[in-house]
Amino acid sequence: MIPAPFDYHRPASLDEAIGLLTKHGEQAKVLSGGMSLLPTLKLRLGAFAHLVDINRIAGLDGIKEEGGALRIGAMTRQSALERSELVRKKYPILGDAVPLIADPLVRNRGTVGGNVANGDPANDQPAIMIALGATLVARGPKGERTIAASKFYTDLYATALARDEILVEIRIPVPPPRSGGAYQKLKRKTGDFAVAAAAVQLTLDAKGVVASCGIALTNAGPTPLEAAEAAKYLVGKMPDTKTLAEAAKMAAAKGNPSADHRGSVEYKKDMARVLTERALQAACARAGGK
Amino acid sequence: MAMHKISVTVNGAARAAEVESRLLLVHLLREVFRMTGTHVGCDTSHCGACTVILDGEPVKSCTLLAVQADGCKITTVEGLEQGGKLHPVQEGFTEKHGLQCGFCTPGMMLSSVALLERNKNPSEQEIREAIAGNLCRCTGYVNIIKAVQYAAEKMR
Repeated sequence: MIPAPFDYHRPASLDEAIGLLTKHGEQAKVLSGGMSLLPTLKLRLGAFAHLVDINRIAGLDGIKEEGGALRIGAMTRQSALERSELVRKKYPILGDAVPLIADPLVRNRGTVGGNVANGDPANDQPAIMIALGATLVARGPKGERTIAASKFYTDLYATALARDEILVEIRIPVPPPRSGGAYQKLKRKTGDFAVAAAAVQLTLDAKGVVASCGIALTNAGPTPLEAAEAAKYLVGKMPDTKTLAEAAKMAAAKGNPSADHRGSVEYKKDMARVLTERALQAACARAGGK
Repeated sequence: MAMHKISVTVNGAARAAEVESRLLLVHLLREVFRMTGTHVGCDTSHCGACTVILDGEPVKSCTLLAVQADGCKITTVEGLEQGGKLHPVQEGFTEKHGLQCGFCTPGMMLSSVALLERNKNPSEQEIREAIAGNLCRCTGYVNIIKAVQYAAEKMR
């Protein structure tokens, strides 16, 4: 399959890239890893007159802890995240999730920024960033601004990014002691999107009571879904089996999936419940050092 | 129509072409350079038949624009044999009956070569994970894994 014709631009700097986006408006699309964009163009589900390839812009990738946050450059490949010792040890929610994204060949090209900014509710990292309380850094003609991941997703494939803005970095707060996270995903086979998946990040206090908690669901509606009520319900409680089960039920009740070849609405909602419960249990065990 | 002059190194040889923006890397290899060892399977980035090694990393060449590869080093299946001698991975696929119809084989071998360059002694699980983006629909994975294990031993 061959995409409809377009012009290809390879800016050497962010300013040049933003200039191209400003000039071409609705007709322009940022090309990062291209693992969603190229199939979209090839299947002619979308067409853009201008592609702005940001792959050769220096300084857009990298993984480092700085200023109390894990900073992931938007162009960081999924495979780099997968191989990062720091990420595997300290951010197990990402360690769980990355090997389950697409397949290793796709992860060699696919970027964290693309996964987050595409606005596809089936992508895994949006829900994870919401659960982690991450901040997204966008750069546009007027400079940089930050957007909370929980406020980023407005509708199916729609985000808070303006046409002339590029996501440049993701900042995840460094978790305090006694924190744990987990991602649980049900998929039919390698390379498939989730039937349902749940992201959990929480912190316990010295007595083992939940001090803070973030829960979000993948592919449970038109946008990644924050289960704020379920998270709030847990705060101040001992995370025993019954309490976690109740929170998982509350989270799944927020879900609004559609029936498709991956399952019925009832099945997907129940899987969201089961996966949330498992993610909560795993996150608690990790927070408790187990 | 936007055209771009690009140069790439394919299996060690410098190649140049003038390509349309929308030309896919797999089509550059097959139709412009007439190197048909790289296959087009699903054409939707699922099957991995089009796998090539781009600057050291195996990628799906049906999901990459040719112009994006400008300045890059590409290894295709045609580049595995050196001086008439099969690459250990090719030898492994022959010895262990790692192919039946052969359609997925170039992609399988390039993913395996990339794995063995990073990991000299992969476990069976690691081999399975490394070829998770390459689908075989006739041989079955058992012999493919044996082929990679054969190559790993040979390369140590």
